[in-house]
Amino acid sequence: MSKTEAGSGQQDRGGPGQPLIIAKDLKKHFPVRSGLFNRRSATVRAVDGVSFDVIKGETLGIVGESGCGKSTTARLLIGLIELDEGGIIFDGDTLGGDIGLKELRRGVQMVFQDSYASLNPRLTIVDSIAFGPKIQGLDKPMDRARDLLARVGLEPDRFAQRYPHELSGGQRQRVNIARALAMEPRLVILDEAVSALDKSVEAQVLNLLNDLRREFGLTYVFISHDLNVVRYISDRVLVMYLGEVVEIGPSEAIYAKQAHPYTASLFAAMPSMDPDNRTDEPPLAGDPPNPIDPPSGCRFHTRCRFAEDVCAARKPVLSVIAGDEAHLAACHIHEPGSGHSLAKREAAE
Amino acid sequence: MTETPLVEFNALKVRFKGERTVHAINGLSLSMQQGETLGLLGESGSGKSVTLKTLLRLLPPRRSEIEGSVRVNGTDITTLSGRALSAYRGREVSMVFQEPALALDPVYTIGDQIAETVMRHKGIGRHAAMDVALDMLTRVRIPSPERRLKNYPHEMSGGMRQRAMIALALACRPKLLLADEPTTALDATVQIQILLLLRELQREFGMGVIFVTHDIGVAVEVSDRIAVMYAGNIVETGTTRDVIKNPRHPYTRGLLAANLHGAVKGERLDAIPGSPPALEELPSACSFAPRCAFARPQCLSGLPPVTDLGDGHSVACVLEHPAFDERSREALPV
Ligand SMILES: Nc1ncnc2c1ncn2[C@@H]1O[C@H](COP(=O)(O)OP(=O)(O)OP(=O)(O)O)[C@@H](O)[C@H]1O
Ligand SMILES: Nc1ncnc2c1ncn2[C@@H]1O[C@H](COP(=O)(O)OP(=O)(O)OP(=O)(O)O)[C@@H](O)[C@H]1O
Ligand code: SF4
Ligand code: SF4
Ligand SMILES: [Mg+2]
Ligand SMILES: [Mg+2]
Repeated sequence: MSKTEAGSGQQDRGGPGQPLIIAKDLKKHFPVRSGLFNRRSATVRAVDGVSFDVIKGETLGIVGESGCGKSTTARLLIGLIELDEGGIIFDGDTLGGDIGLKELRRGVQMVFQDSYASLNPRLTIVDSIAFGPKIQGLDKPMDRARDLLARVGLEPDRFAQRYPHELSGGQRQRVNIARALAMEPRLVILDEAVSALDKSVEAQVLNLLNDLRREFGLTYVFISHDLNVVRYISDRVLVMYLGEVVEIGPSEAIYAKQAHPYTASLFAAMPSMDPDNRTDEPPLAGDPPNPIDPPSGCRFHTRCRFAEDVCAARKPVLSVIAGDEAHLAACHIHEPGSGHSLAKREAAE
Repeated sequence: MTETPLVEFNALKVRFKGERTVHAINGLSLSMQQGETLGLLGESGSGKSVTLKTLLRLLPPRRSEIEGSVRVNGTDITTLSGRALSAYRGREVSMVFQEPALALDPVYTIGDQIAETVMRHKGIGRHAAMDVALDMLTRVRIPSPERRLKNYPHEMSGGMRQRAMIALALACRPKLLLADEPTTALDATVQIQILLLLRELQREFGMGVIFVTHDIGVAVEVSDRIAVMYAGNIVETGTTRDVIKNPRHPYTRGLLAANLHGAVKGERLDAIPGSPPALEELPSACSFAPRCAFARPQCLSGLPPVTDLGDGHSVACVLEHPAFDERSREALPV
């Protein structure tokens, strides 16, 4: 498959300045049963007003602790679950207006953590890869599948006729990547796609992702709990806490200096790699709170060492960090005039 | 007189029989001092869990074969049985798992479970045992420990359950604690709390710890020494500082590079090609050779010799052997 062929499945419509995806105030709440003997019904506010753009050709990393809503956000972007509120604009086209789920799913593909569960055990891997293109009526699906196998480093003559259980975890994840690319997507969402792999295999797959991005002009959303991996792969990073965006900005800026106290704690919790400089104090005490009944105001106030009265009373909004237009954080400290003792007094400087 | 080592593996081999044979451990030798924390590092399938299971005598007896010896405080534990085995398991050695569900019984309260264990192994009364349970919950820093004694496991958060399991494992004051990836399933901010807690308790109780992990950063946080496993053997061991700052085995170096710590964005990673061997046959050469950038004919002619580099730093690689030609070695990238 040649470069032009791969890109031709979906045209660039909005031009280079148009973000590939605009997520506007996404909300997804799940009803769950809770309490003793499951008598009480409650709501998990899994994604609770999340907004961001994905710029064409970039890799946006999403980090945050278990249950903060990363996968739910991803499933909303790809149309796998329905939005409760909010909107998605794909290359200028509004979902539900200009384009339907079918077009969105064609342009956005996803690769999951569990390489085994996402492949049909009864199909050879070449059939698995060709399956989607066949359904979509794309040209020569089998040739395309063999080309892609070669492209992800699995020699077609040796591997095409194998079944998923005859491959290692790293090889299966390559098949999943090939399968996503077979649909000629423009955006690939990688949800913990390398997390189950051994370190040495993970490095191989990361090299592959970088090569494919260049070759096919792809845009990635990369979800991972490994901050080293996210730093290596991402241009920008989005940090979530309990269903909300707490910080977003260029990767270098955030890795150099975290603006939000939660981001700072998350980074400080990374194990040290220096035996002479081990961690002395855990940056945070306790577990993340229950998303069923999130804290009022700033959801981080129950664990934040800078918390003041205003933090429990009022929800902070994403505000630009002084000196960097592209770097935003939702914390009263960074919101001029918020009333927090560390914030600037006036809304205008 | 030198102190008896806490643990001494001598040419340990473990093989699983069945539909297909797996040579899980292949001649592992290692000694560990009293009160030391050893980080056992290695990728999936390298034999970390089997090593711990051998120590706890948890391998399926009919389907596994053990050769060599494993001494704990001087006693070969591979032949223990009956009362001696249960005394060993109750008082000498104890284990914490990745999943608290493996250790905690869902139908008993945390307090009852700890008290029960203490009564059984220490032969003390129920009242005194409950006091021990309360003391243990306090030591693992569970908030409002009196109240938590009456909690069932499902009433606790993930981090709290992990603390409760540690309390249970340490209640009988074992001399050796085995920890199999106890923090892998936890959130980053909770993981570091548990690691630091284990470090403190280790110091306080003066016990030895073998901490299994595939995360180098985690090993650095908790270990005095690190042993790196590959294909059922230890390829490099030394102080944490030596192994991290001066890794000698090509596999250790590859693993450190793959950790991406300090990797430059977008630049190609030095990935180790290929994947680990299947272990269907007993290795007769360096198991890493098919993936090693430095492999040469000697590597295939026999098992690589173990070279002692001083200070307990040892490496199983022909490149480090004194007989190896120094001139050709200088040409190697480090
Ligand atoms: N189908 C569902 N029904 C009920 N609750 C759900 C459902 N899917 C997700 N949740 C809940 O929504 C919250 C967010 O889940 P999500 O899977 O998005 O988190 P995550 O950030 O991807 O976490 P992880 O790092 O563990 O993958 C969690 O509390 C989760 O339990
Ligand atoms: N009961 C068993 N029967 C057969 N083979 C086994 C058994 N237990 C382990 N093995 C095999 O022994 C080898 C070593 O397994 P082990 O569980 O020790 O790996 P590990 O280093 O702990 O890996 P991981 O990081 O995935 O936990 C593997 O090839 C495994 O499949
Ligand atoms: S708003 Fe307040 S509680 Fe929230 S992160 Fe900022 S200082 Fe902490
Ligand atoms: S013995 Fe040879 S193949 Fe094995 S690690 Fe050393 S150089 Fe590489
Ligand atoms: Mg997830
Ligand atoms: Mg294991």
